[in-house]
Amino acid sequence: MSADTHRKPRKFVQDRDAVVWKGRYEPYDIVKEFLIALVVVVILVAGLAVVFGSPDDRPVTVKSWSTASPVDFAQTAITELDGTSGTATYGPPYNENGTAQSIGSLTPEHWLGVHHPIDTAQDYVLGPLATLPDSPQVQAAVAEYRSATATRQAAWTAAYEKAVANATYAHGKLVVPAGDYGPVGEIVSGLTSMARSGALDGALVSSNQFYGTDYTKPLLFIADGQYLANLAANQHLGGDEWGMMNETGQWPGQAWLWLYTLWYQVPPANNSTNGDLEVFATMIVLTTILALVPFIPGLRSIPRWTRIYRIIWRDHYREVERPTGGGPSSGSPPQVEGNAREPVTV
Amino acid sequence: MTIADPKAPRPDQADLDKAADRPEDADQWTARIRTTAVEALPPQRMLPDRQPAYVASWIYVFGVVTISALCVVIATGFVLAVFGPNWWHVSSTGLFVNSLHLWSVEVFFFAMVVHLWGKFFMAAWRGKRKATWITGVVSFLVSVGAAFTGYLSQQNFDSQWISTQAKDGINSTGAGAIFNVTNFGQMLMWHIVLLPLCVVALVGVHVLMVRLRGVVTPFAARNETPGGEPADTTGAEVQA
Repeated sequence: MSADTHRKPRKFVQDRDAVVWKGRYEPYDIVKEFLIALVVVVILVAGLAVVFGSPDDRPVTVKSWSTASPVDFAQTAITELDGTSGTATYGPPYNENGTAQSIGSLTPEHWLGVHHPIDTAQDYVLGPLATLPDSPQVQAAVAEYRSATATRQAAWTAAYEKAVANATYAHGKLVVPAGDYGPVGEIVSGLTSMARSGALDGALVSSNQFYGTDYTKPLLFIADGQYLANLAANQHLGGDEWGMMNETGQWPGQAWLWLYTLWYQVPPANNSTNGDLEVFATMIVLTTILALVPFIPGLRSIPRWTRIYRIIWRDHYREVERPTGGGPSSGSPPQVEGNAREPVTV
Repeated sequence: MTIADPKAPRPDQADLDKAADRPEDADQWTARIRTTAVEALPPQRMLPDRQPAYVASWIYVFGVVTISALCVVIATGFVLAVFGPNWWHVSSTGLFVNSLHLWSVEVFFFAMVVHLWGKFFMAAWRGKRKATWITGVVSFLVSVGAAFTGYLSQQNFDSQWISTQAKDGINSTGAGAIFNVTNFGQMLMWHIVLLPLCVVALVGVHVLMVRLRGVVTPFAARNETPGGEPADTTGAEVQA
């Protein structure tokens, strides 16, 4: 005799258990239903594709950015050189310079550390400039900058960063108010020219391999500037406008991310330095709750309390609750699914 | 020399068909798996031609619409994969296929969300169907990931903006170290290989569970005791 034979049946719980259906069965051609649904979906999708199409706005390149907004490019370039840009001060997984987001004593960013190392001065400015052929002035400027002390470098870049805020671009040249910038002016002007020629795009994606598919460096560089953010703001894609769940134009985007994006619109995440981690933690908790609803008393009773099921199964209840009828399960004793026992009828 | 009749059943095959469950093979792994699978999901349960009478609501359609849309998503994604990631940017035909892919994803998620909430309000986890509910929720989550990596793989302004925004959330959890949303090659692989495999596998398991456990029965009616016999078959309670 097995141990199961001795197991005491559990008490029947409406929100956990179900009875075995003893009522009527009706013909149901499941294959036909699937094929009809497939045809309807194909027609619907084709109609939507013909009428609305899909967006495909051209990507921003370093060339297009520096051509359309050379001053913004130069202002960004100097922050990459002096290590004050968003990427330079980000922290893991790009470098160790930033303050990682945390909840209490948990700082998950540090758990796996730096995996995509970026030294913005070397990777975005000095390294690419070193690849420029036939540019003795630029190479001399780079050499002078490299040989200077850190204090001297910081003095040059700080002065230039202040001056470039009032820079203009005219006649193919970056015009910056005069000052003691050492070689920094030549470096930033050289990088701007390189960017406008398109050469910087290639330099940023080049690697030890011929085929490259990792655009981390150019994407983060572009994102450090204001140009990309301004284009996104013009398309109402900013983080305060439900951000990345949207697409350019009027396309629906990732509407299913609405709950994730919602938390960025309200406190505490919308004004917290740990906002991203707080939103993720919130979503992990809510998602876990959703998956475990069947185990959570109270939550699993919501369907019964709201009684929406009576709309879904309205035909069934109409039939069962007819004054003359005993319902489809009448005449046969109820059998409970699983090892629950039916309650005593009083 | 005799020539065998090609239409005649091979005696060894017929013998095999008859003796599908030989006692001496009871401990064989293959035989045990087959026996267990057929017992759990006999053909009549796997592809039923009858359903309980209460399975008569439009809400049940959204499950099959979800699977239909997934088929269109996979088919259009297959075409996009055949021609490569640049094709739809330079070809009007490619752009149309991309539009089909986009809208099939939108229909897929719409149907899936309606299906999910429909099942929630039916408390469809009742009667040993908790795993069915959980695989459904996990399927939804993995589908969100599959769609998300698709947006990252578009190679256009949208993918640039979404990836540079999304990196902060991913990086804050530490996952950015191994899941780099700004790495086009990595995201494309996740989008067209890893996550579709996971979605199809999860949906397959989910459907098998639905077939295994059947469709959840309704809550007790007003004239029934929950889980028990009808309390009052005269309908007095309803009339009151």
